[in-house]
Amino acid sequence: VSQALAFARLNRRHLPLLVVGGLLAFALAYVLFISVVPINYGQGGWRTTNFGSAVHDPADFLKTVLDSVTFAAALFIVASGFALIFGLMRVVNMAHGSFYLLAGYIAYEIQQGMTGQGFTLQSSEVNTWEWLVPLAVAAPCIAVVGLVTQQAFLRWNQGQELRQALITIAVSVIVADQIIAHFPRNTSTGQKFGGNAVDLTWPGWTDRFVNLHVAGVQYSLARLVMLAIGVIVAVGLWLWLYRTKTGMVIRAGVDDEQMASALGINIQRTFAIAFAVGSALAALGAVVWASQANISSGQDGQWLLNSLVVVIVGGMGSIFGAAAGAILYAFVANFSATYLPTTGSDCCTQYSPIFTFVLIALVLAFRPRGLFGRGTT
Amino acid sequence: VNPAAWTQKQQLERTIAALAVIFAILAPVGGISPYWTHQILLSTFFFGIAAASLIFLSAYGGMVSLAQTALAGIAGVIIGNLATHGGPGGTSKGLHLGWDPTVSLVLTLVLTTAIGLLAGAVAARSAGIYFLMITLTYSVIATLTLGSVTKISGFSGIGGISGYTPGWIGNIEAHPNRLYYIALGAAFAVYLLIRYILRTPFGITLQGVRDEPLRMSSLGYNVALHRTLAFGFAAFLAAIGGVLYVWWAGQIAPGDVDLPKTINLLVMAVIGGLVRIEGAWIGAFAFTVMNNYITPSTHIPGLGLGGALFGGSFNTIIGIIFLAIVVVSPDGLLGIWARFLDPRNLSRWRRTPAAETPEPAA
Repeated sequence: VSQALAFARLNRRHLPLLVVGGLLAFALAYVLFISVVPINYGQGGWRTTNFGSAVHDPADFLKTVLDSVTFAAALFIVASGFALIFGLMRVVNMAHGSFYLLAGYIAYEIQQGMTGQGFTLQSSEVNTWEWLVPLAVAAPCIAVVGLVTQQAFLRWNQGQELRQALITIAVSVIVADQIIAHFPRNTSTGQKFGGNAVDLTWPGWTDRFVNLHVAGVQYSLARLVMLAIGVIVAVGLWLWLYRTKTGMVIRAGVDDEQMASALGINIQRTFAIAFAVGSALAALGAVVWASQANISSGQDGQWLLNSLVVVIVGGMGSIFGAAAGAILYAFVANFSATYLPTTGSDCCTQYSPIFTFVLIALVLAFRPRGLFGRGTT
Repeated sequence: VNPAAWTQKQQLERTIAALAVIFAILAPVGGISPYWTHQILLSTFFFGIAAASLIFLSAYGGMVSLAQTALAGIAGVIIGNLATHGGPGGTSKGLHLGWDPTVSLVLTLVLTTAIGLLAGAVAARSAGIYFLMITLTYSVIATLTLGSVTKISGFSGIGGISGYTPGWIGNIEAHPNRLYYIALGAAFAVYLLIRYILRTPFGITLQGVRDEPLRMSSLGYNVALHRTLAFGFAAFLAAIGGVLYVWWAGQIAPGDVDLPKTINLLVMAVIGGLVRIEGAWIGAFAFTVMNNYITPSTHIPGLGLGGALFGGSFNTIIGIIFLAIVVVSPDGLLGIWARFLDPRNLSRWRRTPAAETPEPAA
């Protein structure tokens, strides 16, 4: 063995890399070849999963891949706002999840008011405007909420990172509690439902399945629209940050705030713009994902976690990092939820949160500042 | 112990502390209502222990950890799985292994410390705000994991744990004063232990790592190892708090370690002040009193408001109080106290752990 290792020019320094590589190779092999379908529902051993291996069932494998990519789009929209704020101002906006939740409920209320329907809507009852207008109301609302938070509480204590994080935590506690007190409402009777789960609804034309002509997969058009929105946001952010004057100023502020300020740039105005845009991105992500899934109190913590994981994995404060982090996290979350063994009494257990921890641990072990992070901690 | 050599401030503080301890010892036998002793003071003791683990990391390690609630909850889940009996006559979900309670207790502390060391090792190359973010993900991941792994906890958690205390403690359900004194003793022991640790070479090095990680590193100290060990020690303290909590509450569920509960512990630590260990119990006491007395039916004198501000619950009020404390005095009540005693000492007023951590090189 030692001769073989010497031949491959490997020594003890490569051990962690080998272990991680081996685990990744095993995970890949498990998904591609090893796993099998359970014989009876809820029975089987370590090899049984819902669909079996990718070779055995390429259609469901492809669907999981598409689910991951489309989920990554929603993750990116929300987390890029978080990353923008953190990268420029070094403010960890702990209220990002609360902003997400507030946006979802505002959009829901607008949509209910526009359609004049009851609690649950069918997609066919919603036209494109009745989806776009709630978005066009919710995003500026949240941008204003973010702007007010920044101007009132974060402008005068720049550089005190911990204090700013604590302040945004306090804001998130207040916002989350006020959401439960006032949302969702029945628009006709005014009755309040204390943070119950409600559905935003995609416009009717997205409510169909597209034949992809690959392995006979029919895939939801709504999720593909979500992916398109994510790509548009990514391209738009890139153009904004790398092709406009404001973007140039923001990037200068990220690199050296004091120098940018000394060159006569109004850095405070830049901060305000970035905070408003970052908060609005949380709102956009909320409208998109709440149309796909739902919106309910408690998701603020979930989406704060999502944003944190994306930013920790991808690298603090970089748009490319946010994209890479979103894709990695979405794949880990979806594949660990779909392809983990389902055995016997274990049938209803989800181990996917543990894999989120594994992802963070692996990335931080090799790159303490995340995949695209710069500098030192 | 030489009271004559103490400064005036020390004399005053230590007199108050001694009176508080004497009051706490006499409270159950001195005619204080059980509501106060077993609801408010007892919660103060174990929440204070968990908050002390947070303050220890923040004040002396430069790491603000939001994982302490999760670690306490993990300890509660472990002892719930190990100690309770299942089957006929059993009360518990989970694994209900029914092991000897003393063995379970020791194992719980060891396992939670081990989990803390592992989690600390992952986060150890970060400090300050990055540490806050990483430990917050730990906290949320722990909640989600407990909620979704049905074998060990599941959504509804484990109940009936207070019936399985070690024999040398006895039946705490019949004799609640025993749990009271155990919690009081544990809180006191934790306080002394932290004070002792801070004077050992390890404690001194840790404070060096907090102030100048780069210099300590070039002096040959293993910065990541010290942070990991400190996090493991804090996990041990949090585990003590968690065990006391489940003995008191009798049950543990993912809802006990979710984001609002995590923030509650942070609020306690911040109200007390993130700079001194004593602040843990002061903050826990202030928080518990507010939590018990601010209800929708409470009338806050002078404000003309009930306990519900803008239609919200207790959380809106605690959020506003928290916001006010962080905006006005980041060092919490102890910061106000220090300024009250010494108006000239304004530098202390501004000193926050964040300000002590050097700016990351851009």
